[in-house]
Amino acid sequence: MHLSYQMVLAQLMLGLNNGAFYAILSLGLAVIFGLLNIINFAHGAFYMLGAFVALIGYTKLGPLLGMPDFHMNYWAALLISPLVVGLLGVLIEKTMLKRLYKVDHLYGLLLTFGLALILQGIFTNYFNVSGTSYNGKPEILRGVVNLKFMMFPTYRLWSIGLSLGVCFVTWFAIERTKLGSYLRAGTENPGLVQAFGVNVPLMITLTYGFGVGLAAFAGVVAAPIYSVSPIMGSEMIITVFAVVVIGGMGSIMGSIWTGLSLGMLEGLTKVIYPPAANTVIFFMMILVLLIKPAGLFGKEQ
Amino acid sequence: MKKKLMQFVMGTAILGLAMTTSAAGISSNVVKIGVLTDMSGVYSAIGGKGSVVAAKMAIADFGGKVLGKQIQLISADHQNKADIASTKAREWADTDHVDMITGLLNSGCALAVQKIGTEKKVITMATGAGSTTLTNEHCSPYGIHYVYDTYALPKVAGSAIVDTGGKTWYFLTADYAFGHSLEKNTKAFVKSHGGKVLGQVRHPLATADFSSYLLQAQASGAKVIGLANAGGDFINAVKQAREFGIVQGGQTIAGMLVFLSDVKSLGLDVAQGMNFATSFYWDRDAASRAWSKRYFAKTGAMPTMDQAGVYSAVTTYLKAIKKAGTDNPDTVMKTMRGMKINDFFSINGHLRADGSMVHDMFLVEVKKPSESKSPWDLLKVIKEVPGNEAFMPLSEGSCALVK
Repeated sequence: MHLSYQMVLAQLMLGLNNGAFYAILSLGLAVIFGLLNIINFAHGAFYMLGAFVALIGYTKLGPLLGMPDFHMNYWAALLISPLVVGLLGVLIEKTMLKRLYKVDHLYGLLLTFGLALILQGIFTNYFNVSGTSYNGKPEILRGVVNLKFMMFPTYRLWSIGLSLGVCFVTWFAIERTKLGSYLRAGTENPGLVQAFGVNVPLMITLTYGFGVGLAAFAGVVAAPIYSVSPIMGSEMIITVFAVVVIGGMGSIMGSIWTGLSLGMLEGLTKVIYPPAANTVIFFMMILVLLIKPAGLFGKEQ
Repeated sequence: MKKKLMQFVMGTAILGLAMTTSAAGISSNVVKIGVLTDMSGVYSAIGGKGSVVAAKMAIADFGGKVLGKQIQLISADHQNKADIASTKAREWADTDHVDMITGLLNSGCALAVQKIGTEKKVITMATGAGSTTLTNEHCSPYGIHYVYDTYALPKVAGSAIVDTGGKTWYFLTADYAFGHSLEKNTKAFVKSHGGKVLGQVRHPLATADFSSYLLQAQASGAKVIGLANAGGDFINAVKQAREFGIVQGGQTIAGMLVFLSDVKSLGLDVAQGMNFATSFYWDRDAASRAWSKRYFAKTGAMPTMDQAGVYSAVTTYLKAIKKAGTDNPDTVMKTMRGMKINDFFSINGHLRADGSMVHDMFLVEVKKPSESKSPWDLLKVIKEVPGNEAFMPLSEGSCALVK
């Protein structure tokens, strides 16, 4: 296979695009795991839900409200969808997850896995599994940008920039602000932090809501690129879990870097040896687990 | 006492009579049909619950009874896994005494179930599977391949596209048996019509992001990018090809297996102008329209060729039982082979010795948004191709049953 310099750059760009989604999703998982000790298997379902809120808002909300010409636009969806799904997350935390903090990880995993199956099942019942196109892409983001080495769709460029921005803001909020320091302290020793007058249960609830909201956000950003389908989350989540395992459970920066670099690695594999494209990440996982069992950025406990 | 004896003799006689009729007529006093398909996965929009509805309609239209015996329907989800499909088929054959299994979306599942059908003498009528191995290397005396195969589709679409100027091809192929077989057959037709194949790239099943593969196809400079994949993979590839300006740049996308549900999902904006081959389109003539509208009233969607095929397959099977006067699989198969199969779905259909149900195929084009008058007004039929031209000639096949 002849690999030109342009081809490699183009593939790296595309890899970065997928990597940005991996980063945002694994970031949410890392935040949730860090504070709640819950392996959130429903993350893929929330990602799917985020895309569906955008789709339903665009196509069905108007007719439902009796205003057939009303479409919730993309910009509104970017805000509303994470809020709606985040709220659902808060509800789930309050009513179900709360009861599981004292027992083994496995119970949280089973509960969230069950939730994921239920959500996916409900949507499969009402929507086409082969996917529906989301047509609410704003005019300004249509078209292509000439990057010299390739023609790159404007929307994809925007999705990379936006995702990276959100990742950075999240990292900054957790690692560099006072609120973030409470959060990190709560992870280390919740009892002590509570004794200092911080409302730890509330913080936990909001953190879950936030992590879930991030997944929904990624769903909205992904909606115009991929087809919105009930199984889009379950296809994504397995790769994202591998990313989290490679980066190290609970590490914020780790999950961002790993997400991006694995996306690019996957992109390169697609030109060098396509049949390995969807397994290369798992090979990496095996390799990392053999050499550094806690993950690239994880701490041994 | 005498009266009692008479009653006893009469009773035994009636019982004996009943038993003999059931041996020659309907085994286990009921005709059981099983729909085994993908109910929840990537292909469930193509078959799924719609196939069950179609089978129910076929039974109801037949009157619910054949030779005076009840017709029963059962269904199950094979989840696109061959092992689940074969376990279910075995259970149906052994404990439920199912007489015929239809649906069988996905070639892997169809091959597994057809093998069990051969072993247990259960007729299989695959409507959703594509691979030509079903009627060649793995052909079965009880296996029928009813709707389409990976020979007929590219024969109709591939040849037409080459003939209208699409001389150079690059393939994006799903990396499993079905994709390989579709790619191989299409290449052969492209070459025999004077076209050239510039290369191919294989992608894993259920790929969300096709951009890398599409860029390779774009770089090849081929006039036609042939998609040897199906369902969600096909949809994502087409959508993203448009996003990267591939279609606008003058390259054509050609789907080798396209279902109506795929076109609906893509929307006319994206799919317009595309040519592909199909066994069925709901708006083709008065009969297909009439049936499809009834189907639509029950499901809220127009039928795919798989779903319409299930109705036709079940009806054909029931007609054969009626004609044969028994549900004995050997006799029913023999009867079906002698029948002309003509209904709203199958035009000039007949069943060959290798299990292939040969019928006319259609070359269709996706309408422009301006040409479409209703939400399901999606395709126009450009050409009808007689079954004998579309399907693989028996002489080229490798089925051991054909002597």
